[in-house]
Amino acid sequence: MTGFDFSNYNRNAALHARGVPLPKATSTGTTIVGCIFDNGVVIAADTRATSGPIVADKNCEKLHYIAPKIWCAGAGTAADTEFTTALISSNVELHSLSTGRDPRVITCMTMLKQHLFRYQGHIGAYLVVAGVDPTGVGLFTVHAHGSTDKLPYVTMGSGSLAAMSVFESTWKPNMNREEAVAICAEAIKAGIFNDLGSGSNVDVCVIENDKPTQLLRNYMKPNERGQKERDYRFPKGTTAYLNQKIISKEDMRKYISVEEASGDPNLMEVDS
Amino acid sequence: MSSPFDINGGACVAMVGKDCVAIACDLRLGMQALTVSNNFPKLFNFGPSTFLGLTGLATDVSTVSDLFRYKVNMYRLREERNIAPQTLANLVSSSLYEKRFGPFFVSPVVAGVNYTTGKPFICGFDSIGCIDFAKDFIVSGTASEQLFGTCEGLWEPDMSPDDLFETISQALLSAVDRDALSGWGAQVYIIEKDKVTKRLLKGRQD
Amino acid sequence: MTSLVNQQPHSEAIGYSFSQSTHAPNKQHSFYPYTDNGGSTLGITGADFAILAGDTRSVAGYNINSRYAPKVFKIGGDDETGEGAHILLSVVGFAADGHALKERLDAVVKMYKYQHGKPMSVRACAQRLSTILYQKRFFPYYVHAILAGLDEEGTGALYSYDPVGSYEREQCRAAGSAASLIMPFLDNQVNFKNQYIPGSGEGHALEPKKAGPLPRSTVEQLVRDAFTSAVERHIEVGDGLQMMVITANGIEEIYTPLKQD
Repeated sequence: MTGFDFSNYNRNAALHARGVPLPKATSTGTTIVGCIFDNGVVIAADTRATSGPIVADKNCEKLHYIAPKIWCAGAGTAADTEFTTALISSNVELHSLSTGRDPRVITCMTMLKQHLFRYQGHIGAYLVVAGVDPTGVGLFTVHAHGSTDKLPYVTMGSGSLAAMSVFESTWKPNMNREEAVAICAEAIKAGIFNDLGSGSNVDVCVIENDKPTQLLRNYMKPNERGQKERDYRFPKGTTAYLNQKIISKEDMRKYISVEEASGDPNLMEVDS
Repeated sequence: MSSPFDINGGACVAMVGKDCVAIACDLRLGMQALTVSNNFPKLFNFGPSTFLGLTGLATDVSTVSDLFRYKVNMYRLREERNIAPQTLANLVSSSLYEKRFGPFFVSPVVAGVNYTTGKPFICGFDSIGCIDFAKDFIVSGTASEQLFGTCEGLWEPDMSPDDLFETISQALLSAVDRDALSGWGAQVYIIEKDKVTKRLLKGRQD
Repeated sequence: MTSLVNQQPHSEAIGYSFSQSTHAPNKQHSFYPYTDNGGSTLGITGADFAILAGDTRSVAGYNINSRYAPKVFKIGGDDETGEGAHILLSVVGFAADGHALKERLDAVVKMYKYQHGKPMSVRACAQRLSTILYQKRFFPYYVHAILAGLDEEGTGALYSYDPVGSYEREQCRAAGSAASLIMPFLDNQVNFKNQYIPGSGEGHALEPKKAGPLPRSTVEQLVRDAFTSAVERHIEVGDGLQMMVITANGIEEIYTPLKQD
């Protein structure tokens, strides 16, 4: 369906077999949660993306659109969650166009699990799928190997235990919208503060019956950057440069022709 | 055994200023600790004010830059217009993810000023195409940790093109001086809506 | 191209080498005596002071052990509070080793005072610390230590160490997990590396900006900015910043909260 290109696979596998480590992908260390309430479902996520111990993105979006009333929170390999949800979103749209019906959460969950199972866990997407459809409210988790769960409240990612501790201690049945949003935000905050893989802000998405879906981007910002105490602007002329070339808009045209597009040495005299 | 990302060395950084962006790279090409060339630019031009920076395995830097030169030229022929930085970002992302199970060992950076809106745009990618949209700066290469430190310390919002040049240059030079695999001179592009300034920096040659 | 990959002898046939052995080796149980507790430290000297700072977070994997586990210690104090100390030690890496090292150096400096009737000089203490570290050359204290104090002339002195005792006196040094982030920033802002005097010439003829000892208030600001920046980009750094300033009047401790995520 996706049509992966394996042309570098043999080269990289040969390198790997000789001890070259696999590339470090941006992973969403992540806390993601979901919780149903009397008239819909809430999902929430933190906004930190990490590459090893380094924060690659302080405010990334982990809540992905599938359909107007189906949204997905993603943990695991960032690129996999992004592209898997985009692919399924596209197929869900085509499916609903051909059936003439609103898409169902369980359809979406099944498409995701079948796609992920086919790749035997190599697509590292760990998802929370939530939405409202004609059959009611749906909330599922999908693991990278293709297994799924259906529960009234769910957590995933490296901060899942911290977040689950909030649900296990304060969740109660038949909550309303405000209570569900509050408990989800609290669970994400538990992940942000107690799990090093999670951090920065809280994103929330509320999907309700008979109401437009609300994506509350940066619903909470409990980690504003500390104010800097010094001014770090440099006086003009601090950096030494040996050569400069100013290309005006009129001239730009000729630097992007087929022959000269990449680093033509004639574009500038560079003394080495 | 060293990672393919660390064989040839190199660093790249992009920063946002007020109505301008800057992108800079070092000029080293090495094989492990041996420096082979001090004139290996890692920035590639894909439109009047759209640039792509590539660090990582040098063979893949060349391959990927050529691949995108082909793809962007095809885009220009089909669309009869230049590619916008946002469009290039999505092209890079999907092209890299296509090779999810046999990636190119590169960490690309896109920087540009959108020619219709005039808005500055920067973003970075991991080797399998996950986009990192940032409002401040993007770093990549073997000196990425050092660059994170200098950029986080020196960057300030709404800098003029002149201020931005000083900040990105100081951030890059200080960072590559603490990385054995990067340095040997540097190149900076300051991109404004109607003008691009290219400068060759004086950097340590050791 | 030969050095790109480890060339093994031609034991296998030509083709792609999926050199996985067919039988799994017997499972080996092993003892790991070290853990990495993360965190970062930083020291800068001035004309009549030295500052040693460290964050107060202690981590294990993705978990936080403690939000207040100090990494900077007073050495050779008269009592448990460290009153009367004139040397500072920061340790980052494996916290248990760091603690053991601090206790040992503290005892050494105290014994010196009892035996010689005068406080140990920072220079002597620095040499002694190197010896202590090298004594465990083949089972090292897994720490990156920084020692600070005032030298015989009363100027700030800073000594940094590798885990097996190689040491050097420096103007500034960052250590620990975020050292690679902080150190280039310090090069630029403390030693003015890569900065030139505007208008002093062109290209190669420009005059470099001279570095000299910075005033205490500037150094304190730089330390705090270095840490707030490190906290943004390194997951193991955060919670609190403990700063110790040593001057002729003694040691002052300043605590600043940092982000907790």
